[in-house]
Amino acid sequence: MCRLAAITSHDYFSPMENILALETMKEGHDGSGLGLTLKDLGGPFEKMKGYPVLSGICSKKGAKMLDDYMEKAGFKLIDIWAPKIKAVKGMLAARDHYFARVYDYPASYKHKPVRERDDLLMNIRIALRKMGESDESIFVFSFYPDVLTLKEVGDPLQVAEFFGLDKDTLKAKVIFAQGRQNTNYAIYLYACHPFFIQGYCSMTNGENTAFVPIREYLTGRHFPGYIGYNSDSEVFTHILHYTSRQLGFPLTYYKDVITPLKESEIEGREDRESLKLIKQSLRPLCIDGPNVVIGFTPDGTCFMVHDAKKLRPGVVGGLKGKYALMSEECGLDSAIPKRDKTQDIFPMKHDMVIIRPKAEEVTVWNQLHN
Amino acid sequence: MEPATQLDYNHQLSLRELPYIIRWRDDRCKRCGSCTAVCPVKAIEPAVKVQRVVQSEGPVPTPTASRKIVHVVEQVTDIERYCTGCGTCTLVCPNEAIEPEYNPQNKFLHFKNRGGEGYKRGGRRNDPSVSTLDRLKFTRISMLTDPALDAGRHEFRVRTLLGRILPADELPLKKVNGNLVVTHENGKFIPPVREIFPIMIGSMSIGALSPPMWEGLAMGVTYLNEVEGLPVVMATGEGGVPPRLLKSKYLKYFILQIASGYFGWDEIIHSIPHMVEDPAAIEIKYGQGAKPGDGGLLMAQKVLKLIASIRGVPQFVDLASPPTHQTKYSIEEAVAKMIQSMSMAWGFRVPVYPKISGTKTARAVLNNLARNPYAAALSIDGEDGGTGAAYNVSLDKMGHPIASNIRECYLDLVKQGKQNELPLIAAGGVGKKGNLAANAAALIMLGASVVSIGKYIMQATANCLGDEFNRCNLCNTGKCPRGITTQDPKLYRRLDSDKVAERVVEVFKSSNVELKKIFAPMGRSTELPIGMSDGLSIDDKAMAERLEISYAC
Repeated sequence: MCRLAAITSHDYFSPMENILALETMKEGHDGSGLGLTLKDLGGPFEKMKGYPVLSGICSKKGAKMLDDYMEKAGFKLIDIWAPKIKAVKGMLAARDHYFARVYDYPASYKHKPVRERDDLLMNIRIALRKMGESDESIFVFSFYPDVLTLKEVGDPLQVAEFFGLDKDTLKAKVIFAQGRQNTNYAIYLYACHPFFIQGYCSMTNGENTAFVPIREYLTGRHFPGYIGYNSDSEVFTHILHYTSRQLGFPLTYYKDVITPLKESEIEGREDRESLKLIKQSLRPLCIDGPNVVIGFTPDGTCFMVHDAKKLRPGVVGGLKGKYALMSEECGLDSAIPKRDKTQDIFPMKHDMVIIRPKAEEVTVWNQLHN
Repeated sequence: MEPATQLDYNHQLSLRELPYIIRWRDDRCKRCGSCTAVCPVKAIEPAVKVQRVVQSEGPVPTPTASRKIVHVVEQVTDIERYCTGCGTCTLVCPNEAIEPEYNPQNKFLHFKNRGGEGYKRGGRRNDPSVSTLDRLKFTRISMLTDPALDAGRHEFRVRTLLGRILPADELPLKKVNGNLVVTHENGKFIPPVREIFPIMIGSMSIGALSPPMWEGLAMGVTYLNEVEGLPVVMATGEGGVPPRLLKSKYLKYFILQIASGYFGWDEIIHSIPHMVEDPAAIEIKYGQGAKPGDGGLLMAQKVLKLIASIRGVPQFVDLASPPTHQTKYSIEEAVAKMIQSMSMAWGFRVPVYPKISGTKTARAVLNNLARNPYAAALSIDGEDGGTGAAYNVSLDKMGHPIASNIRECYLDLVKQGKQNELPLIAAGGVGKKGNLAANAAALIMLGASVVSIGKYIMQATANCLGDEFNRCNLCNTGKCPRGITTQDPKLYRRLDSDKVAERVVEVFKSSNVELKKIFAPMGRSTELPIGMSDGLSIDDKAMAERLEISYAC
């Protein structure tokens, strides 16, 4: 089963904190991959907040195709960050280029509304993905301002060493890391969490038994970003995106969509009338577990939810200004050892733990009582 | 040389031509006459025979021939009185001296067209082979990576929705203090939706069924809702509803059917102002799986006083519903206007949906409905559906199997992203071999939202004798030996409506448990796994390809 380590903080911190937390949870993952998504970037990116960062991997051939495509699309390259690759025993041979390229928008998009710019970025990412997917010459994981993604096959600690993260100045205020336990699907970079789309990100553990109906529902929205699904967990990110961005629902309704209440329980909610309609209309998005979902939204809010059966419990704990959301308690001990453990939150089936941006406040929203 | 008149049996049938041959045991029979009295078709009769017996008594052989009169039970070879194999004779025989035996070599259909009239009967398609539904297996079993659920411990919601469901992006919602509230400002129509148990009782009319049978089903369904908390609904079939039920609070558990004969609708329309509850839904019947393209038919012998009064017709006349709704000539009229009219009659508070027979053209109807915001569902009745009366050729040869029909319709909706907006109701051959829950679950995973049953419930609750070997199938004649499809009080008094109701309750309670036993190991409990096709496999590659599921052997 995958292990999840998310940390959100008021101050910048190194992704090594997440990696070390994953290391303490090692019994649960088989070292088949590491995924890292960083938001609110510090270090070399601190001064380039408004510019979209394209994260990915490519071959030499892919690099040429990518450069040509981005130039034609009108994007101006501002900066390139690349991990300092170090040969590590047991790791696969390094691919040609691991990169995070910072671009400036095409002139015609500089003053367009954020929504339109976000659509442009997503469409570019999809086009690049399609260009390089068949021969694996290009992998792109995210293309969004102030967000960076790194993924590679291998043991998380080794991958971190391979990327030189222990010596790098790369930092962020929100970092999600997943240590992958390969189950049903072949080891493939696009199957590695966290998944990201237009500012929304999530990672999950446990298999998704309702995957096929959910995937069919999402692809039926005919939204260009709802593709991929190399992992059955990618749908959790897209459900978050669909409910929050496309439908404009407040974040707590994500919980109401993926784990809807019973009719009798809905009666106890003030918004029962709308909740009934939402439950009906989004019936195929009920996840049915067993999963814990950890995610963030464009404003930096982080959250954790469970499926109703709570077969994959997670834990949230920390101090004001720094909180961690982990799949295991030992991961939390590693990330934030000096916290008051009695205040740790083990969300129950109706709970949604929400941490406001900059880790200022933790609230437990209860689905029954809203 | 015998006279030619005695040799000329050429135009008589032998018993070998008939579908069932009576095995009668002389040594066990006490000549009580029960069997011949009860036989619904008079296929057996008492006969007096002369027997020549050679006997020898005494210490040395001294054979003497004598003739004696014996009484026997004899099967007739008259094609109009063929043994249907119902076995009522066996039921009443105190000594187990008689039973019909199926004759696989029969040439029955070669002869059952006397008077130039095609063979008519009730029942189902006479095909005893294993159906596609029974070949589907549930192969995605949750194991260590996603632990299976416990059917007995976990909370399950085996419920589905009947009614048009708005797409999420059309919901009339607005944000108020971080909550979503329904806004009625723009007058958006919110279609009525019912939450029901995913197996329903399909349309069987109160003329096709006897009063105790219909009553038993209705009582069972009401008990399930009122006492067991299981929201099972039942469709009435064409032919109206007892006036008392129309005005009762239990009407909400019934789907009223309107078909091309409009029988019973005068009473229903006049009752609307007096109704205290809305019906569960309105079903507009355009077709029936057992006899696609054929109208309904209630034979004159079944139109007794009660039926005549409910339907608003004279007694003892054939009640034929035309194959099509005669007042409509196009799909727009036939479907859109009917749906509008029926919706309007109940103030748009009741889901209205059409029922068609399984057909290659189902997708055309579906796509029309998908564009009609008032269409509440589409019910498709496959070739294995049953009927009270039809030509044998319609029953046996017309129609489309339900599995691939429902699947292609569902996948069509998936392409349009409307699979959650227009529920599909699947019927026809569900529970053919007794596997009700498994067949229902398979159809749900292929894409059905609701599964409808007819023959199964008659067999399971009232011991209907019919099967795929053309056993009994006398529903059209009004001579149902079980009292299920007859209006003859001498026959239907055999049926106890309380016992039928009890069995209805047992059937639905057990299928509720069995559905959980299927869904739990597949890791599904919160929502019905509609379209969860990765859970299914079949042992035939061509079928797997057609149904877009995996092949497993």
